[in-house]
Amino acid sequence: MEEAQGVKPKKKAFCSICNQRKPALKRPKTLDQICRECFYAVFEDEIHRVIVDNQLFKPGERVAIGASGGKDSTVLAYVLSELNRRHNYGLDLFLLSVDEGITGYRDDSLETVKRNEIQYGLPLKVVSYKDLYGWTMDEIVKLIGLKNNCTFCGVFRRQALDRGAALLKVDKLATGHNADDIAETVLLNILRGDIARLSRCTSITTGEDGPIPRCKPFKYTYEKEIVMYAYFKRLDYFSTECIYSPNAYRGFAREFIKDLERMRPRAILDIIRSGENFRISTSTKMPEQGTCERCGYISSQKWCKACVLLEGLNRGLPKLGINRSRGLNSDHTKDVKRSNGTKNIESKQCGTLDF
Amino acid sequence: MACGSGGSCQSGCYKDNGDEEDQHSQKKETANGVATSGNDVNNQDLCVKCKSNETIATANPAAAAIASGGDGGRFCAECFRSNLFGKFRFAVTSNAMISPSDNVLVAFSGGTSSRVALQFVHEMQCKAQKNFDASRDRSLPVFGVGVAFVDESDVYPVPSHQFDEAIEDMKLIVSNLTPPRKGFHVAPIASIYSSDSGDGHDRLKELVNAVSDVTGKDDLLLHLRMLSLQKIARQNGYTKLVLGSCTSMIACHVLTATVKGQGYSLAADIQYVDARWEIPVVLPLRDCLKQELDMLCCLDSLNVVKVLHNPHSGINGLVSSFVKLLQEENPSRECTIVRTAGKLTPFHFNRIPETDDHAHLASRRRQKKFNLKPNESLPPESFCPICNSPLSKSDLLSLNDVENGHSSAETFGAKCCLSCQFQILPKEPSSMEDFYLLLPQPIVARAKDGNHCNQRWLREQIQDCLLSDSEDGT
Repeated sequence: MEEAQGVKPKKKAFCSICNQRKPALKRPKTLDQICRECFYAVFEDEIHRVIVDNQLFKPGERVAIGASGGKDSTVLAYVLSELNRRHNYGLDLFLLSVDEGITGYRDDSLETVKRNEIQYGLPLKVVSYKDLYGWTMDEIVKLIGLKNNCTFCGVFRRQALDRGAALLKVDKLATGHNADDIAETVLLNILRGDIARLSRCTSITTGEDGPIPRCKPFKYTYEKEIVMYAYFKRLDYFSTECIYSPNAYRGFAREFIKDLERMRPRAILDIIRSGENFRISTSTKMPEQGTCERCGYISSQKWCKACVLLEGLNRGLPKLGINRSRGLNSDHTKDVKRSNGTKNIESKQCGTLDF
Repeated sequence: MACGSGGSCQSGCYKDNGDEEDQHSQKKETANGVATSGNDVNNQDLCVKCKSNETIATANPAAAAIASGGDGGRFCAECFRSNLFGKFRFAVTSNAMISPSDNVLVAFSGGTSSRVALQFVHEMQCKAQKNFDASRDRSLPVFGVGVAFVDESDVYPVPSHQFDEAIEDMKLIVSNLTPPRKGFHVAPIASIYSSDSGDGHDRLKELVNAVSDVTGKDDLLLHLRMLSLQKIARQNGYTKLVLGSCTSMIACHVLTATVKGQGYSLAADIQYVDARWEIPVVLPLRDCLKQELDMLCCLDSLNVVKVLHNPHSGINGLVSSFVKLLQEENPSRECTIVRTAGKLTPFHFNRIPETDDHAHLASRRRQKKFNLKPNESLPPESFCPICNSPLSKSDLLSLNDVENGHSSAETFGAKCCLSCQFQILPKEPSSMEDFYLLLPQPIVARAKDGNHCNQRWLREQIQDCLLSDSEDGT
């Protein structure tokens, strides 16, 4: 199974699935040599199976697709609308984008999403940080610098997506998290000892008790195959890294997973399977779910994280809610993130490409 | 919640950094000639615990260099040693690993971890002996200790003179650890094949070579090594098997198991006690870092035998270099990994089985056991015949599909965990047949036993409705 790098396997005469056409690619997940048509078929079919087996959607539901313009969400939008048509899911699909207000990055990627709106015929809703919070990321970075800015962006985005979804009156939010992302999260939660997150990071649907459940139809889909699909289908997507965290993509854990994949492609699926099967007692106490006294968003504290951060910004104390000791909610907040420049164990601090 | 304990580690590090700065400023003061007393020893060179002796970093820089940034700069050799031994002793007593009537076999590879395990077990035995000699009623016998080395030269050939030298060195190490006297057992890994069939060596080689996956080969050897240790223990009347697995190794295992999809069974492998084996296995060095063990070996000039070491390959190698990298980035990373995995729910066999042995009540009273409540209503676990890991429900479901009407090799294959199926078993049915014939008896037997065990449990469930005592109902 573990072939030495650089040794090209012999090219087969025919696709190992249909046995008729010439193989065009080596499927990253299985290393089978298959033709382009069969690749489309297995790729789409696997996602269809995941959706059906896990009952991700019900007929008649309104579903928003978190669209950043990146490869994952673009392929998700394309494949979901395709499958919805082909298999009669009976879904009303929408594109939901968040405008963080990052000049030179998000404005360009939003153009891509707007083209997708027309190409796939899916209505688009854009919610912006400026409208929701009164601040753009550009303004925030100007105030606080390039340290901890990803904390702001991440906290704000999570809430922005929920608010956008509420505006669209959708029943579910589908995000483009792929198998590599989930495998990385499993590893990171082990590395940092977060057993509570370890137990739920592999669930395909989350937040079922919250206002809008989220699901990950790409849970078992390899990043490489998504890129391949987008490449062969010539899908229109935006592939620039966020200008405020240009090195975010080179975490230890991500590199490790890429090395693993090279050595044994199924390792990514194995990590996810491990994550699903960990024996974690369900009695592990979960934080109590309440609502933010200020904005009404779900929160385990008096104020939700976004309100704490926002209060800090508005009062000119941007460290509020970042340092542990000075939180508004006397409990210490644990979202301490390291600065961007240094090499980190995690890669996607801020979800540059998808939400 | 982003980095629960990661955050706390960080703050710990910050604190350490702060301390260092303090120390540096003190140093500057003294360097400026403001020496406070006539004492030559600077403050920062003193052990943080006893505050009287020089730290290892000062007294023995060579040893401290092994664990850079570790305890070397904080403790003196004496306090470091007692701290490390304390971790060992705590693990032993709080998990009831060794009782006075036990006969303990220490698995010795020649490396630093098992060397320290051997040393500590010896020290504990010496103390027990002293107590025995001093006590009037002599009610507590002294546990026995033996040492086992598994010779893997069949698979990883070593020049014979080197091998003989290494064995001599080990003999010397063991014979120096007296009194009390310790037995030393060397067994080739091929000894898992029963002695009457003399072709054990060839069969073993063939078996290992039949595994095409590098990682799978590595792991198969690990499982076979455990079988050999169990056999040595059983044949020589030992009641416990001590392994030198330290935090660093366990951290690697946590990640390799995760990567291989063994998330379900992982919790079984990383506890202090693993009694799923006939001879229970204990890991008293579970809380000790590799660096600490290396440093102790250097400090106390504990001899290690290097020749017989094989680096991990494949996924296991990749993971160990990854963990090494992480550990350099954050010195508490390995502990955090093991702590995370420690929060997974252990299995019922992860404790020393209770015995009705009232003779040693005196010793038992002292054991602060962290009791794992046995859940009696659970069915006995089914185990993978190759790696002996408990099978998850999803594994078992796939098993039921291939219960009847297949060749024994196929049935065997279906009983293995998904991980072993992928990385150890051959894919081709014909090579699977060959592979099955090459397997040693204990593995084949385990596949058959598993069946009986399950059958018995099912029978117990319906006992009250059965009209006959025999299996077939006649």
